[in-house]
Amino acid sequence: MQFLIETLINSAMASAASALVVVGLALIFGVMRIENFAHGELYMVGAYAAWYFGTSLGGGYAVGFVAAVMVTAMIGVFMEVFLFRRLKENPMGPLIVTIGVLLVLQTAAAWLFGVNSNLLVDSPFAGAASIAGINVPWHRLFVIGAAIVLLGGLTVLLRTTKFGWALRAVAQDKDAARLQGISIGAISLLAMALSAGLAGAAGALMAPIVRISPYMGQPIIITAFIVIILGGIGSLEGAILAAIIYSTFFTFISAYFDSTVASIAGLCLMLLVLVVKPSGLMGKAQKV
Amino acid sequence: MTSNKKAGFGFAIIAIAAAAIVPLVAGDYYVSFSTEIAIMILMLSSYRMVVLTGEWSFAHVVLQGVGAYTAAIMVKDWGAPFPVSLVAGAVVAAAVAAVLSFPLLKMRGFYFLMGTFGAAEAIRLLWRKFKYFGGTRGFSGISAPYLEVGPITIDFGHPASFFYLALAIVVVCLLVIWSMEQSRLGQIWRTIEQQDVLAQAVGIDTRRYRRIAFIISAAFAGIAGVLLAYAFGSVTPNRFNLNFALYLMIWAIVGGTRSFYGVILGGIILMGFDESLRFADELRPGIYGIILILVMLFWPRGIERLVGLDKLFAPKAALPDSGSLAASTKGDAR
Repeated sequence: MQFLIETLINSAMASAASALVVVGLALIFGVMRIENFAHGELYMVGAYAAWYFGTSLGGGYAVGFVAAVMVTAMIGVFMEVFLFRRLKENPMGPLIVTIGVLLVLQTAAAWLFGVNSNLLVDSPFAGAASIAGINVPWHRLFVIGAAIVLLGGLTVLLRTTKFGWALRAVAQDKDAARLQGISIGAISLLAMALSAGLAGAAGALMAPIVRISPYMGQPIIITAFIVIILGGIGSLEGAILAAIIYSTFFTFISAYFDSTVASIAGLCLMLLVLVVKPSGLMGKAQKV
Repeated sequence: MTSNKKAGFGFAIIAIAAAAIVPLVAGDYYVSFSTEIAIMILMLSSYRMVVLTGEWSFAHVVLQGVGAYTAAIMVKDWGAPFPVSLVAGAVVAAAVAAVLSFPLLKMRGFYFLMGTFGAAEAIRLLWRKFKYFGGTRGFSGISAPYLEVGPITIDFGHPASFFYLALAIVVVCLLVIWSMEQSRLGQIWRTIEQQDVLAQAVGIDTRRYRRIAFIISAAFAGIAGVLLAYAFGSVTPNRFNLNFALYLMIWAIVGGTRSFYGVILGGIILMGFDESLRFADELRPGIYGIILILVMLFWPRGIERLVGLDKLFAPKAALPDSGSLAASTKGDAR
């Protein structure tokens, strides 16, 4: 029973973190039709930035968090302006370039901070809460709460503001949006900054809990792609729902068997969805 | 035979002759390295068959691994001789590809890429998981082939003799790949890449021909895997992970996939480059990342364009001038 509750809380936290990562990925696919393989590396950069500005320079966790969001958003803007914009005519081009960015960011982190770094980020919420006789570190609850706040904020942004309307219009029909006078370039730029910033925020949130390493983005991006395929590519609601379902599924299988079995099961689940229902849980039907 | 083809054969013969001299002038280290280049060239050329149909796959390296594991198991468990494990490696890799092709070839573009990744990674994790496949440490101590016909005995454990064996096998495979590409089959592949709908309209079962390309390329990847298993004497699951799949893709792109010679030339140049990066092991992925980005931005046809070999060798019909890399690939839902 205790083990069950513990696993449930862990899966809630995993769901929160992966929802933040996955929403950004789905957002960029929706707006720009780009599969960003470097998205997991943005998460990694977020964790390093939180450590560097928060712990190493001594700014504290809040400063580290803001810095992580800003650094990753800037990388996102850079990718849009210098890479994606120039490869518009080439359908696989942006995807392949993001693989290049993935390798560059990974190497840069390894070069700057070392491969086997042992970096610790202190959480502002030390100690643990006691829920039903189980000690749950406060930071884990903070991650869940912060994810809910951020995703709620994103929903408000997309549903109520002019920018949100414009962004959703671009995602639905680029040409019609352009005819309405919406600047595709500006929307793409902001969407990329938003998407990257969310990945950075996830990295900063998880930094006190996980081991920070240059390669920490790789399992994340694999999970993220499985999740957006489950949820239906480009669908934000589907992505969040699938993140919760998949993270719970994965955490439970890892807890009761081991993580290799969980990975195999996850990959098979993705293949099954690709074959049986390629539009995913909530995506529009499309030819694959 | 056109003059272009003649020139092509001339270059090919010179290249093979140059390769054959390597063991006479270089030490064992560089001979083993040349064996690796030959294996890599076979991998790139067979990968290009899938690329010809307009798809990028992440499964090719794991299919090579299927060949390597087959050879390792044949040798370790049953003491099979080299020719048997060579054929078995190719057949098993092709069979695995044939089974995978049923779900995977329903997909295109990004979905195909992710589908191949999922299937390949699942297979690789099974190797890590089960003791039968040696777990995370894989197999080691795969003994080199040994030939004894009457008075002649050749021990292929010596780098030079194994290099000649690998070179001969790779050259034969490349000849087969080349002639396939020149045949009607190759024309259909190119048609599918450039005009998928048109190909269907004139009665070509595109999925069937994509399946043929996927299975045949897997068979050659299996052969490359068998050679790899014998060359290193060991097989580990990490040798076939996502990084190697990414590198294969990058090398094919940087070399240029439009012409038969692009990937071969790219393979030789990049393997040499890779070797020269040995002093900076940690920086290597980043350097490849930068090269990949620069090639995609400024030079989308890769090395083959630089040397101008494409004009010399490739069939004229297959070279639309605007054709940047994968420009005609039909992506998903675009």
